[in-house]
Amino acid sequence: MNFLERVRTCRYKRIDSKTAEKIVEKLLFIATLSSTLIVFFIIGFMFKEGIPALALGWDFFFGMIWRPPHNQYGIVPLVVCTFIVGIGALVLAAVIGIPAAIFLAEYAPTWLRNIIKPCVEMLVGIPSIVLGFFGLIVIVTFIRDSFGGYGECILAGWVILAIMTLPHVISISEDSIRAVPKAYKESSLALGATQLQTIKKVILPNARSGILAAMVLGMGNAIGETMAVLMVIGNPEIPFIPSSILDPVRVLTSTIVIEIPYAVWGSMHQHALFALGVVLFIVVAILNAITTAVMKRGEMGGGR
Amino acid sequence: MGEGRGMKVTEEIVKVGLCAAAFVSVAVLLIVVGYVFVNGIGVLSLDFLLESPYRFEYGGIFPQIIGTLCLVAVCLIFAVPMGVASAIYLAEYASDNAITRTVRFCVECLAGIPSIVIGLFGLVFLVYYLNLGICLLSGGLALGFMILPWTVRASEEAIKTVPSTYREASLALGVSKWRTIRSVVLKNAYPGIITGILLGMGKAIGETAVVLLTAGSGLESFLPKSLFDPVASLPVYIYMMATQGHTSAAYTRTFGASLVLIAMFLVISIFALLLRNRYIGRMSKR
Repeated sequence: MNFLERVRTCRYKRIDSKTAEKIVEKLLFIATLSSTLIVFFIIGFMFKEGIPALALGWDFFFGMIWRPPHNQYGIVPLVVCTFIVGIGALVLAAVIGIPAAIFLAEYAPTWLRNIIKPCVEMLVGIPSIVLGFFGLIVIVTFIRDSFGGYGECILAGWVILAIMTLPHVISISEDSIRAVPKAYKESSLALGATQLQTIKKVILPNARSGILAAMVLGMGNAIGETMAVLMVIGNPEIPFIPSSILDPVRVLTSTIVIEIPYAVWGSMHQHALFALGVVLFIVVAILNAITTAVMKRGEMGGGR
Repeated sequence: MGEGRGMKVTEEIVKVGLCAAAFVSVAVLLIVVGYVFVNGIGVLSLDFLLESPYRFEYGGIFPQIIGTLCLVAVCLIFAVPMGVASAIYLAEYASDNAITRTVRFCVECLAGIPSIVIGLFGLVFLVYYLNLGICLLSGGLALGFMILPWTVRASEEAIKTVPSTYREASLALGVSKWRTIRSVVLKNAYPGIITGILLGMGKAIGETAVVLLTAGSGLESFLPKSLFDPVASLPVYIYMMATQGHTSAAYTRTFGASLVLIAMFLVISIFALLLRNRYIGRMSKR
């Protein structure tokens, strides 16, 4: 191989490696683009399948009766039940979660916190189907024995969903309590305020937006949750607006799972179930957007 | 003085109340796991783990365990390369422009989509539109869609923690950009990336709604022979047994399966935790 040839191969090699670099960058870009496209595909296909039912308009969005065999697809009872179950669960989670977060952030010694924190985080990891089964065997039986009724009811749904949202509520609330500048707390204590007064008047007002964000996010999780809630709320044949917390109910997610095996593909029933998915998706997206907005405002407020 | 003491008592009462709330949250975990353990441990035996289910009261959960592992494997084969590649692009190549912001926004959106919606999408897109049928491949891919945002996020975070001096040193030596990423950035970021993947695995293992709609909804007692066979899985087994079993023998089996599922999750999280601690330890030594 003479000198000239060697130079040439060398140059070719360099060009080759440069092309390789470019190819790699293109491949990485394609992967990124595909990850993004999945979201558009999901939205596109959900709408495509849901539109025939969404096009029913008034009858769909404000119809009071959901009865697929009679071709009645009114989602009002489902949506109302979804919100009743979601909001109740959230209240329950807040009643336990916010005090627990205050305790972890303000009172608990480090060693105790190192025990409680991982336990709370592990709670996220219990598969929802296992939690649902636990609820069916333990909580539903307990409610049936002590309050009567079917046992499968709103109350059982509240308890199970509260258990599922609790870890999120605790960890985000604790983070936002910890994010309150130390100087605020110290100056309040220096003025002679007690710890409780400081928490009430200084820390909680400053951590408010973070705690609010935790609530909204918890709400989104609770509404989108499927299996655990499905197993404990009873799912009556014809959904109705409940009059007591011991009534069985039907929510958006459980309706989809229960009815999709029976829905004939291409029928209005199937389109209606996908339309439920669209409604669910939009509600959860709105809640998530609110969370992000509240958190951003909180960050800006904290920067004062 | 009396008022001062009253206030002190109030302080103490509130403190005890807050403490009680924290302990309730821990108690919930212990009660749930304890209850499942006590009721499920009796049925656990080699036979239960290695036999196929037969009706509701007999047999074991072997096909379910294998099916769950297969689903998670397919899910990871899809989500890991996609997620890590996207993360590398976002962290190393992309400049902060409208496209990157759109990509980030979409990834956030994907993370917020309820799993049942992903299941419905899997059903219409993979099962019917691409005509894959209800099978291992559909289920695995749908699970992959679900954990993709978590892999992207965790990998991007991990890549960003690699100090830029490492990159600059490598680039200054004349090493090409892709070589630098491969041998310097990824080498230092991999524990973080693997932690993210393990957490995604934990999510995928317990997911029921997605699998129910895309991978098979029966008490299958056979192993999948190809990617296009329907597949049994532990969460679906628990769902079927719990909703249609109605006998105490079926419920005991369900607790056994729940215990196996929790144990699988626990093993994965312990790995993730160990890896994270080692990683943090190494980062702080620098």
